[in-house]
Amino acid sequence: MATAHGSVTATEQTWESEILGSNVPVLVDFWAEWCGPCRKVAPVLEELAGERSETAKIAKLNIEEHPTIAARYSILSIPTLLLIKDGEVIDQVVGAQPKPVIAAMLDKAGAVRYSPQ
Amino acid sequence: MPEQTHNIIIVGSGPAGYTAALYAARANLSPLLIEGTDFGGALMTTTEVENFPGFPDGITGPDLMDAMRKQAEHFGTQLLPADVSKVSLGTTSGDIKTVWVDQTAYRSRAVIVATGSAWRRLGVPGESEYLGRGVSSCATCDGFFYRDQAIVVVGGGDSAMEEATFLTRFASSVTIIHRRGEFRASRIMQQRALENPKITVQWNSEVTEIVGDDGKVNGVRLLNLRSGLSQLLPVTGVFVAIGHIPRTELVAEQLTLDDSGYVLTRSPGSHTNIPGVFAAGDVVDHTYQQAITAAGSGCMAALDAERYLAATAGPHVDLPKE
Repeated sequence: MATAHGSVTATEQTWESEILGSNVPVLVDFWAEWCGPCRKVAPVLEELAGERSETAKIAKLNIEEHPTIAARYSILSIPTLLLIKDGEVIDQVVGAQPKPVIAAMLDKAGAVRYSPQ
Repeated sequence: MPEQTHNIIIVGSGPAGYTAALYAARANLSPLLIEGTDFGGALMTTTEVENFPGFPDGITGPDLMDAMRKQAEHFGTQLLPADVSKVSLGTTSGDIKTVWVDQTAYRSRAVIVATGSAWRRLGVPGESEYLGRGVSSCATCDGFFYRDQAIVVVGGGDSAMEEATFLTRFASSVTIIHRRGEFRASRIMQQRALENPKITVQWNSEVTEIVGDDGKVNGVRLLNLRSGLSQLLPVTGVFVAIGHIPRTELVAEQLTLDDSGYVLTRSPGSHTNIPGVFAAGDVVDHTYQQAITAAGSGCMAALDAERYLAATAGPHVDLPKE
C-alpha cells in the first residue's frame, strides 16, 4: 500500500496490523475529499512521510470510507491527526497545523529525523 | 548566502494575495508570495462559491483558490509555503523592507500585506475545551459527523446562512442562534435558510456556555437578550460563524490601524502609512469582505506597488543575477 517514501492508506481491514501493530510511531490523518483544510495539510504530510521514512509512518484514513474507525476514536472534526505508538494514542491535534507543529509531534514520539538533508 | 532584493513580497494567500501576485508577475516584477502553511485563505472552508463572476455553475472555494494559485505561479510568482514570523517595513520612501520566515530574511523594495482575517471565536466557557469535540468552525469539514443529530449554528451573516443550509444535508435539525432580531445576511441566503424545513431560528439570543459530558458537547446554554431568560438547548454540534477578525498581528506595531483594528489605507488606493507598503483584502476591509472585492483590492495593491517601484527606482536597482 505504501508508495515509495509516501504516506500509506489506512483502512478498517488493515488498522490492526498496519497501524496498531506498527513497530514505528504512526501519524494518522483523518481526512475526506470535500474538506478544504485537509487539502492544505496533505502536502505537508507527504513531505514528512519522505523525511521521516526511517522512523515513523504517515497514514491517511478516509473517514467517509471508514466511518467506524473515525467513530472509534471520537473524531468529530477533520483534519484530525492522531499519533499512535504501540497501539496507543499519544497525541492528537485538530485542524490544518503548520509543519513545525506536526514535526514536533513526531519528535515527541521519538521519531527524530537523523538523515541530514 | 546571496542577498537578493525582491521587487515585491506579498504576504498572504487568499484572493487578494494571489491576484496581487498575478498582476505583479505579469508586470515582470517576479514577486515572492509567502503563502503561510495555511494557504488559500477563508475560501478554503467554504462550499460552493456562487457569486464569483465567470463561474455560472459555481465553483468550490478550494478549487477557486487552487486555480488562482496556479494562475499566479504560471506567470512567474515564486510561492513560499511558510509562515512569516516578523517584518521590518522601514519608514521612508525607498527603504528596503525585510520579511522573516524564522531565521531567514527576505528583502524587498515593496510589500503587500494580504494576511486576511481569522475565525472569530465566541469566547464563552466550553468553546476551547470542546474544539474538535463538538465545536467547529468549518461546516464543510465536519458536517458529516452530525448525521441525524441536532446542532446549532451561531451567527447571522452569509456564512452562518450558508453553513446552516449546508448542514441540513446531515443534521436532523439546525437552530440558528442570532443576537439580533434580523439577519445581516444577503436576501437570497436568508431566504434559502428560512425556507428550509429543518432550520429554526432563536432570535435575540446568545450562547453563554457550551456544555458537555464525556469529552463531547451535549448542549448550549442560551440567554434571550429580550426576556433575560436562560435555557439549555440539547445539541451535539456547535458551528461558530460570527465573522472574522483582521490578522494584523505581524504589522500592528508598524502600520496605522483604523478604529476597528483593520489596516488603514488611503482612499482610493491601497497605500498604508508607510511608503512602499500596501494592504489588500480582508485585512483592510470590514465592509464588503467578498472574494471578488478582495481580488479587486489585490489588483489595486499590485498596480500601486508597481507605480511606487517605478517612481523610486534609482540607479541602485539590481537586476536579477545568474
